Amino acid sequence: MIKVDNLEKHFGTKRAVAGLSFAVERGQILGFLGPNGAGKSTTMRMITGFIPPTAGTITVGGFDMVENPIPAKRLIGYLPENAPSYTDMTVYGFLKFCAELRGLRGDACKRAVHRSVEMCFLEPVLHQSVDTLSKGYKHRTCLAQSVVHDPEILILDEPTDGLDPNQKHEARQLIRRLGEKKVIIFSTHILEEVEAVCTRAIIINHGKIVANGTPAELKQRSEMAGAVSVRVTGVAADTVKARLASVPGAKRAAIVKDEAGSVWARAYPQDHTVNGALARNVAEAAAKEGWKIDELHTEEGRLDEVFRSITWSETKREESK
Amino acid sequence: MNSALQNILTITKRELSGFFASPVAYVFIVIWLLLNGFFTFSLGGFFEVGQASLTMPFFRWHPWLYLFLVPAVGMRLWSEERRLHTMELLLTMPITTSQAIIGKFLASWLFLIIALVLTFPVVLTVTYLGDADGGEIFAGYVGSALMAGGYLAVTSMTSAMTRNQVISFVLSVVICFFLLLCGFEPVTDLLVRTTPEWLVNLVTSFSSFTHFLAFQKGVLDSRDVIYFASLIGFPLFLNGVIIRNLRAG
Repeated sequence: MIKVDNLEKHFGTKRAVAGLSFAVERGQILGFLGPNGAGKSTTMRMITGFIPPTAGTITVGGFDMVENPIPAKRLIGYLPENAPSYTDMTVYGFLKFCAELRGLRGDACKRAVHRSVEMCFLEPVLHQSVDTLSKGYKHRTCLAQSVVHDPEILILDEPTDGLDPNQKHEARQLIRRLGEKKVIIFSTHILEEVEAVCTRAIIINHGKIVANGTPAELKQRSEMAGAVSVRVTGVAADTVKARLASVPGAKRAAIVKDEAGSVWARAYPQDHTVNGALARNVAEAAAKEGWKIDELHTEEGRLDEVFRSITWSETKREESK
Repeated sequence: MNSALQNILTITKRELSGFFASPVAYVFIVIWLLLNGFFTFSLGGFFEVGQASLTMPFFRWHPWLYLFLVPAVGMRLWSEERRLHTMELLLTMPITTSQAIIGKFLASWLFLIIALVLTFPVVLTVTYLGDADGGEIFAGYVGSALMAGGYLAVTSMTSAMTRNQVISFVLSVVICFFLLLCGFEPVTDLLVRTTPEWLVNLVTSFSSFTHFLAFQKGVLDSRDVIYFASLIGFPLFLNGVIIRNLRAG
């Protein structure tokens, strides 16, 4: 549905986006990750046709966004960063205006507005003016605008920014529900959101893709992926560490915490596979030594660690240039 | 084509209802009517002149009133869209930039025309008191509306240049003031003494003042109509160029 090819955007001498290529198909929810200023919003603005790319092509549903923007824009619902809306209008008036610009008239228009109002729980503030609303409601008003014409493609720039935990949860559920039938691209800083919602994640840094895969695949790139953490009572920390390091399949071992006679230690695997083999080996070794194990589990790997290691090393490399 | 018209109308409707949703519209109309009354009956000497005509006492002041009131109406057109980032919302809708520009312009122009039409009591007064020339009054109104449109197009353009409404207001007043002055008699008199005639003619032909004078006399000359059409069209075209440059970054 969306195909981005060698996309570039320069602002003066600064390259905000430097050669992005990716494709998204129906039923996929693509998470856009990256530090502030990585080029997430700029990329989204280009995909939605707000700013033209310096080079490269964007194809939306078969239409080229630069050559043929109107039919391409018809397919897209867009929630811009900070969820702007016309503050002098009522929620109903604003949604009706957006529906009309989407070419909906009469009964179809009314139905579309009511559907989006229900979807975003805007019933209680329907006839209130937008500038009297709380941030959460303002945000949802703009979100409702993006789904009012039941678009095939949804582009959401930080859809959960500024919402409280309950609203975040609601927004995520909405995205997941919509994502079953649509194409969704959304950007976020919140990594747990990616795990909870996305079918695929792209990490961008300095306008380039630095990682692209399912959240599970990305997590496997973490050093922690496949590591076995174990808590043992009544054994010296150094003994535990030395024994764990010599377990078959373990690369090295480390003490995580050592307090009140109870030791948290972790054995890191030679490869990043999460299959339980290392856990079995650790358990066997512990049984042979006669340790009392309080807890033992295999780590899945953490996205924030992957994110940090990728974007940090990249940043350092950029800076040293 | 049909959908283009619908898009323009949708935007016009929104903008126009936006005017009347806030007190600004009513304040503007009241000030406009009060000033008109004051200038016509006090400074214009409507009764003293003893003529059943609106040219001297009424229309004569419009270029000067518009100089401040039209930029006040139009200054927020695009600067507010930029400030609130709603421009991003509007221009990612399946509409063209020109449709958005025209829709917004038409709404404000319609508002100014409504304000202008509300001066009708002065027409009633002059026809009651004497044998006024209906054609002359009509032409005066057409010219006045066109002039307001020209100033408004200039303001629409300046409002796209900045997120700050005050800057957009000042820029627009300055440009409109130039357009006025280059045909204003004291200025042209000065020019005649120092510059060749063809240059004077060129300068005065750019003036909104000169072209509006013809309308006030009841003359609907195609040259004047073309002048005002280009005074509306050219700034709106530049408006589009400015917005395109903004988006290109």
